[in-house]
Amino acid sequence: MPDIRVRGFAGSINSPNPFWLASAPPTNCGEQIMRAFDAGWGGAVWKTIGEPVTNVSSRYSATDWNGLRIMGFNNIELISDRSVDTNLREMTEVKKRYPHHAVIASLMVASTREAWHEIVARAEDAGADGLELNFGCPHGMSERGMGSAVGQVPEYAEMITAWVKEKARTPVLVKLTPNITDIRAVARAAKRGGADGLSAINTVNSITGIDLDTLVPRPNVDGKTSHGGYCGPAVKPIALNMVQQVMADPESALPLSGIGGIETWRDAAEFMLLGCGTVQVCTAVMHYGYRIVEDMAEGLESWMRSKKFDRIEDFRGLSLNRVTDWKHLNLNYKIVARIDESKCIGCDLCHIACWDGAHQCIHLDRVTGPVNGHVELHPTPAQNEAHSRASITVTPVTRKERAAASATHGPYMTPIERIPRVDETECVGCNLCSLVCPVDQCITMVRVDSGVAAETWEERTRGAACAPEPQRS
Amino acid sequence: MSITTLPDDPQLRERFTELKPPLTPQAATIEANRCLYCFDAPCTVACPTHIDVPGFIKRIASGNLRGSAMRILDANILGGSCSRACPVDILCEGACVMHKQGRHPIRIGQLQRHAIDAFHDAGGDVQTAPRNSRHVCVACIGAGPASLACAAELCRQGAKATVVERRALPGGLNTYGVAEYKLRASESLREIEMIRRMGVEFRFGAGIETAEDLKELESEFDFIFLGLGLGAMQQLNIPGEESEGVMNALELIAGYKTGRIRELAGTVVVVGAGNTAIDAANAARRLGAETVYLLYRRGEREIPAFESEYEHSKVEGVQFLWHRQPMAIRADAHGVLLLDTVQVREVDKELVPIPDSKFTIACHLVVPAIGQSPITDLMRDFCRIDVRDGQIVTDRATGQTGNPRYFAGGDCMNGGREVVDAVADGKRSALAMLTIAEAMYA
Repeated sequence: MPDIRVRGFAGSINSPNPFWLASAPPTNCGEQIMRAFDAGWGGAVWKTIGEPVTNVSSRYSATDWNGLRIMGFNNIELISDRSVDTNLREMTEVKKRYPHHAVIASLMVASTREAWHEIVARAEDAGADGLELNFGCPHGMSERGMGSAVGQVPEYAEMITAWVKEKARTPVLVKLTPNITDIRAVARAAKRGGADGLSAINTVNSITGIDLDTLVPRPNVDGKTSHGGYCGPAVKPIALNMVQQVMADPESALPLSGIGGIETWRDAAEFMLLGCGTVQVCTAVMHYGYRIVEDMAEGLESWMRSKKFDRIEDFRGLSLNRVTDWKHLNLNYKIVARIDESKCIGCDLCHIACWDGAHQCIHLDRVTGPVNGHVELHPTPAQNEAHSRASITVTPVTRKERAAASATHGPYMTPIERIPRVDETECVGCNLCSLVCPVDQCITMVRVDSGVAAETWEERTRGAACAPEPQRS
Repeated sequence: MSITTLPDDPQLRERFTELKPPLTPQAATIEANRCLYCFDAPCTVACPTHIDVPGFIKRIASGNLRGSAMRILDANILGGSCSRACPVDILCEGACVMHKQGRHPIRIGQLQRHAIDAFHDAGGDVQTAPRNSRHVCVACIGAGPASLACAAELCRQGAKATVVERRALPGGLNTYGVAEYKLRASESLREIEMIRRMGVEFRFGAGIETAEDLKELESEFDFIFLGLGLGAMQQLNIPGEESEGVMNALELIAGYKTGRIRELAGTVVVVGAGNTAIDAANAARRLGAETVYLLYRRGEREIPAFESEYEHSKVEGVQFLWHRQPMAIRADAHGVLLLDTVQVREVDKELVPIPDSKFTIACHLVVPAIGQSPITDLMRDFCRIDVRDGQIVTDRATGQTGNPRYFAGGDCMNGGREVVDAVADGKRSALAMLTIAEAMYA
């Protein structure tokens, strides 16, 4: 049985598993957090504690996709609207009842040394296992000189981190905002300030959409909105990139708690493969409830078992060195698309995608006879379509006609004229067809021997930088 | 003048609740989003009118319902009745690639209905070219789907079209013949009212019975489109067929759809096992008949009705008597019909009675449903067109008959297919007439 416990994260934080709730509405109060721990969550970052705020209604909006809810989620809610005393009293209670779970206090106070010293001391006295400095909140609080207003200025972030470290006895994590040109600037500042770890990413500045009846963007607060913070599945690729940037940079890298669109164990494993020691989840819980953690834990364990990883440390960061600069990629690596005729359902999405969106090398000429080579030799999609539209079709009404219409003809389940063909001489191996194909493993990208040794752009152009510029007449 | 409508009949509506109720807007969006948006989609190819199915479905998904309906009507002006009456499982939905992944096909028929209903509910109109901008003037005989599609396409493109119909209401089988739980007569009439607003003229109660009638049309119009449908239902040719209590399937269906028959009781025997026989049998059940037998001279495996229709009739409670033929109809002293039947078996492709297998069914209604006869004698004799096996011979791509002024489509030409086939035929003829007229004008 793989061991998914977290031991000594950022120095001394332990939790029964790497799945923590991010600082957000699911960690608003002690009662919620205790229910979350009962459901199986390993840790919780308390909804940011600071001078209580007044919130607006409404607060959330979402981006739906193709009829599915919440591809991305947006909020304009501020930090906790409950008093510091209440939050910390409940934190003490939670720690008393759940001593082995990780309880992290997310903090945000005015940018003075005294204010930070005071809140750090109170949070640690309340029993927090660690502190997360909220330098990331992109809306509202930033207008008051806090949140991302700090996180976007490396000098402030470094200064406040240093103040906190003067006082803190528990690990200090700095939560990074993605709303900055290079996330490493603040990661480095946090490291210089003495942070023990990082959390990334916070939400991305966003307007999710506009109501086309009222013309008011969402969420609507009495006819107006304000930009919010975007999260949920849509931001995962952005988060993964930033996690990679931080973890691949020696001046930034610290124990990292990964955040951004994590919904399943697969997402969690990906963040860990790029170096995260723990992960934090919010949107998926807001969508489905605490119960999703059961599958996250089971799924991760079962994947680890199949991969023969005993501990998280066995695979943490293993994909990090698989990300490199473009100039280090092998220019002579050649793949082409192969279509498995027996799996093809004849939707011909690869044909239209390749013609309109790629390199015009997937053709519908299985019956008329293949032609390899230049695009102009092939019927265009419009010609193919016009041919079909000109055909005369009738309803098969008799038993005989119906039997003929439903008879499978040819060796495959799809009529051969609807199974596209890849012109491998023209295929550039871009992957597009395999991405649009709705059938698993129908289009695979197969390596072909280019007959040339591996060569990167850097190798090919080595010395070219010193060459004189070509003369212009 | 608007097309006459039928009064709403709550009892009829209740007895013939829709087999496939409309999708809710959210269900439609979810279903629309399942569509893969195939290129040169098999569903579009399978549809005789080649409706751009992925195109209209994606418009539903995006909330562009009007655009979706226009996309449908562009290919098939009777998209509303087709969405209800089409045997989609052997057409568009049967061709859906989802089958090949073991997934449920996209509910194309119901999505089409969703878009078209919204269009009609909003009183939508189809844009037409300026009237008389094309110099062609066509008479369409019969107001069924083929003529309606032909006339609508002509008017859409700016030509003149007049539909000549012997009955009081337009629509042909769409109004009088499709089972009410699939397509309500009122829905058919609402669709035709839209076609009327496109500029199609109608002459009702105008049967074309004689050569003089045809001559008159010839002098008034450039082309004549024959959308005659099929003729009267075939007779059983058994003694007693003229008894009171014998009513053919189309009479029964038209009767209940127009409110003339509101109630049945006792036992009903339908003779035949095609789609119309099934419709009549189901209707008899819904109108109150306690027992409905469907008598077929062959076996279950040879039943000509669509599989889905046969399965549905079992759910309606229709009972089947296989390999049995009617011999005679008698009436007893109390006015109850006695239908003598005999078991038959096939010997050398001939059905021969099995000795001592006679069996008499006491019933209240006998419904012959063994097909319709062709009605093309007048045409053959007076308009110099070819008729083969009771079907008018045409050039398949244009619907033009041997007489260049005459075109034909729908059941009288294709021998009896679906509404959608008639629409495709009518539209092809309209386009061909426009092309010919254009060439003549130039």
